[in-house]
Amino acid sequence: MGDWWTPTMMPDPSLDTKELSSISGISMSPSRQNLHHSLHSTMALPKTSYSVLSAFCTEENISQCIAYINQEVCSLGLTGVSLESKSGSLSAVPVLNLLYEVLQLQRRAQRALHELETQQLKNGSDLEHLQHSNCRLKDQLEHTRRDNSGLHEGERQLQLKIKTLQNWLKSEKEEVQKLQSIISSRATQYNHDTKRKERECTKLKERLNQLLMDKRDKKLSIEISNHVGRSDGKRGLWKTGKMEARHEGEMYRALLSDYETRQRSLMMENSELKKVLQHMKKDMITILSPKKPCVKTEPANDSLEQAVSEGEEEIGDCSRESLEQSCEQAREQLTNSIRLQWRKLKSHVERLDSQASLVASQEHEGEEMMSRKEHEEEMQRMRMELQQCKEFIHMQQQLLQQQLSSPCDEETAALLNDCYTLEEKERLKEEWRLFNEQKRNFERERKNFTEAAIRLGHERKAFEEDRAAWLKTQFLNMTPFVDRKRPALSEPHNPTKHPTREQPHLMACQYYTGQTLQKRHSIVQTVVIVSLSFIPITA
Amino acid sequence: MNFSEVFKQSNQLCKVSPDGKYLATCVQYRLVVRDFNSLQIVHLYTCLDLVMHMEWSSDSLFILCAMYKRGLVQVWSLEQPDWHCKIDEGSIGLVSSRWSPDGRHVLNTTEFNLRVTIWSLCTKSVSYIKYPKACQKGMDFTADGRYMALAERRECKDYISVFVCDNWHLLRHFESETQDLAGLEWSPNGCVLAVWDNCLEYKILLYSLDGRLLSSYSAYEWSLGIKSVAWSPSSQFLAVGSYDEKVRILNHITWKKITEFEHPTTIINTKAVVLKEVEKRPVVGSEDLSIHQLTMDNSLFSTQSKYEITQLPAQVPVIKPDPDRANPKIGISALAISADNRYLATKNDNMPQSLWVWDMLRLGLLAVLEQTAPVRCFVWDPHRPRLALCTGNTKVYLWSPAGCVSVNVPVEGSFQVQSLFWHCSGSSLVLLSKEHICLCYMEAGASCGHT
Repeated sequence: MGDWWTPTMMPDPSLDTKELSSISGISMSPSRQNLHHSLHSTMALPKTSYSVLSAFCTEENISQCIAYINQEVCSLGLTGVSLESKSGSLSAVPVLNLLYEVLQLQRRAQRALHELETQQLKNGSDLEHLQHSNCRLKDQLEHTRRDNSGLHEGERQLQLKIKTLQNWLKSEKEEVQKLQSIISSRATQYNHDTKRKERECTKLKERLNQLLMDKRDKKLSIEISNHVGRSDGKRGLWKTGKMEARHEGEMYRALLSDYETRQRSLMMENSELKKVLQHMKKDMITILSPKKPCVKTEPANDSLEQAVSEGEEEIGDCSRESLEQSCEQAREQLTNSIRLQWRKLKSHVERLDSQASLVASQEHEGEEMMSRKEHEEEMQRMRMELQQCKEFIHMQQQLLQQQLSSPCDEETAALLNDCYTLEEKERLKEEWRLFNEQKRNFERERKNFTEAAIRLGHERKAFEEDRAAWLKTQFLNMTPFVDRKRPALSEPHNPTKHPTREQPHLMACQYYTGQTLQKRHSIVQTVVIVSLSFIPITA
Repeated sequence: MNFSEVFKQSNQLCKVSPDGKYLATCVQYRLVVRDFNSLQIVHLYTCLDLVMHMEWSSDSLFILCAMYKRGLVQVWSLEQPDWHCKIDEGSIGLVSSRWSPDGRHVLNTTEFNLRVTIWSLCTKSVSYIKYPKACQKGMDFTADGRYMALAERRECKDYISVFVCDNWHLLRHFESETQDLAGLEWSPNGCVLAVWDNCLEYKILLYSLDGRLLSSYSAYEWSLGIKSVAWSPSSQFLAVGSYDEKVRILNHITWKKITEFEHPTTIINTKAVVLKEVEKRPVVGSEDLSIHQLTMDNSLFSTQSKYEITQLPAQVPVIKPDPDRANPKIGISALAISADNRYLATKNDNMPQSLWVWDMLRLGLLAVLEQTAPVRCFVWDPHRPRLALCTGNTKVYLWSPAGCVSVNVPVEGSFQVQSLFWHCSGSSLVLLSKEHICLCYMEAGASCGHT
């Protein structure tokens, strides 16, 4: 059964015998339902599958094999082969059917595989193609990008050019406008002039006409009562060649004298300037050549000495060359030497400057910073002060202006002021007068009051005395010793006036006790009442 | 400052004699000669027609009165009032008449500038000069009176003739390099003649007395050119004012431009002082309006004014000229240099209310005076650096380096000062209104204080 078993399909000859052996190894065990992939791989079985089959099924395990095959077939979805296990004899029909189906399956699988393989090949080639095209496109993109940037650059430059051209165009337009305005103004001027000339021309023509018509010729003449002498007293001379020569001579003389005066002034100016330059040169030389012990810096020493030596030479030169030397060489010499000295002085000063700053920075590095800061702060403070002062001054000025500007007419204002002050003065005088009057009144009243008070005091005393006397008499009257005392007491009192006098006193006393002594007014009243009460009774 | 009373005049004809003793005024056809100090009438002459021009002779002995309409010139003598002289130009007409510097010849320019007739009072002779040029200033005499320069035009070319005033001998005759000569002026020292072209071309030429061209100066090419020219009294500088609102100063040694003065609308130069005239209005109280008050007190209606210093930067008021008119009102139309050569006063036509004073020593702007009305006339004192100006109102203004002052002319009725000039001694001013004159006497030794 297994001998002439040759598979028709041999799709994959590349399968390794090792694999097969491994498969066969695996296939030995019936329990291999899990290994699907190995099952599928068993579909591509080469020639040597015979050995596998032979290994798979033996005489002993036929039923097992059959069961196993049933199982596998069911799992594959084929119609189940119910292999009858009748004591080792298999019905060939179901087996053949099964085999046929398996073969069909195998063929289908092979076809699918083939298709897949072709598909895969196609895909591979497609992929390659796409990759190539991708590369190509990338390159293209890069290229276009570069082109694009180049074009941008070109565009920008063109824009710049456009701008400059526009500016130039604008300036040209402006110039054109200016020229046009000039032309127009010139044209109006020309027109004006031509019109004027034309008018004059017409007047001329008219006058000419008039003259031609007008036959009578008015002779021009001068009427003079008598000749006048010349202002300088000389008499007139004939016109001769000598006269002309004299005139020419005079003219040239005038010109020459003018030139001479000018030349003289220029010479003076020139000599003055030369003197100034000489002095400057001398000063510069003295500055550049200080005394030997005072020289500080080493590197400058040589140049200074040089300058000194040169200076000495120059001074010698100065004494030698005279100021009147006006020839070119002397002038050039002077200017060149001055220039040289000036340059030396400049470099010297620069050097000194740098040295000073170096030294200063070395010595007072920290302090300088501080001092600069302080300096700056001071400056700031001063600036603020200045600002404040300025504002203050400005304000003052404004106020002053206001004050000056507000009285529009100073005279009437002054007048008004005068009137007001006069009025006030009058008023004050009046008030002062009143005040004085009142003061006087007050003085008088005060005097009266004091007098009255004094009088009152006296009267009070008298009243008290009377009262005491009266009480005494009363008391004495009440006592058994009354008769004896009464006449003694009544003696000092006038018997006729006694009753009359007592009454007002009594009244006064009553009134008095009713009031307080403090009130002046009441005192006055009491005094008045007292004085008043005296009159009718006594009268 | 004292003011005299007012006298009548017509045609702005009022001149002081060169020796300063007399004042001559023309009233219609009458010539009135007064003594300057007492203002008493010394002589009175009657002319044949309305006097158009009046001039003193240089020796103050004769006065010339020209009547253009009739073509007549009458000469009067001060020494002999009954001496008479009448010059009749006849049918040829008369446009201008002037004295020669010796005071014995009268130069008449006929109508249409056909010729210049020279009449001699000594010899009754006549001389003619043909083809004089009709221009702004075609004739000029040197300061010493020896030479006369006359511009001529023949066959569309400009020529200059130099005559000796002694006997009118033609000294030099040369062609001028101008396109269309507008004016010529001798330098005060009499050695250089400045000749300038008309406004279409900026060109100023300097000729020596003997006719050589010393130098030529042109600031720019096409726009309108020179408007005014002034020599400094020492002949050191020549100031040229042009339509581009600038003054250029040339020096007498190289005849090159030393500097140019600009007239900007905004002044930022910190060394300059801008003085603005401010008018104060008088306050009229309602109780004071009585007729008596009105007639008595003229100052009720006239406003006082004073100068105030304006803060810099200051704006100068500008009036834009009409661009379509010829001879536009723009540019430097008037220049004057003070007698000590120190100061230059200029007026820019499109800033008519401002007067600019420049310092020639520093070559910079010194002061700007801003008036309330356009400046009409300004003249320097012949001796001191003092400038008098008027703007057509009732005030006269004086500027000096110490300060400036505005003085109201205290005349009944209103005296509108149209023009003014100094007496040759510099001690008084003659103010002219439309119909009257008034004299203003400066105090001796008085200086203008700050206001």
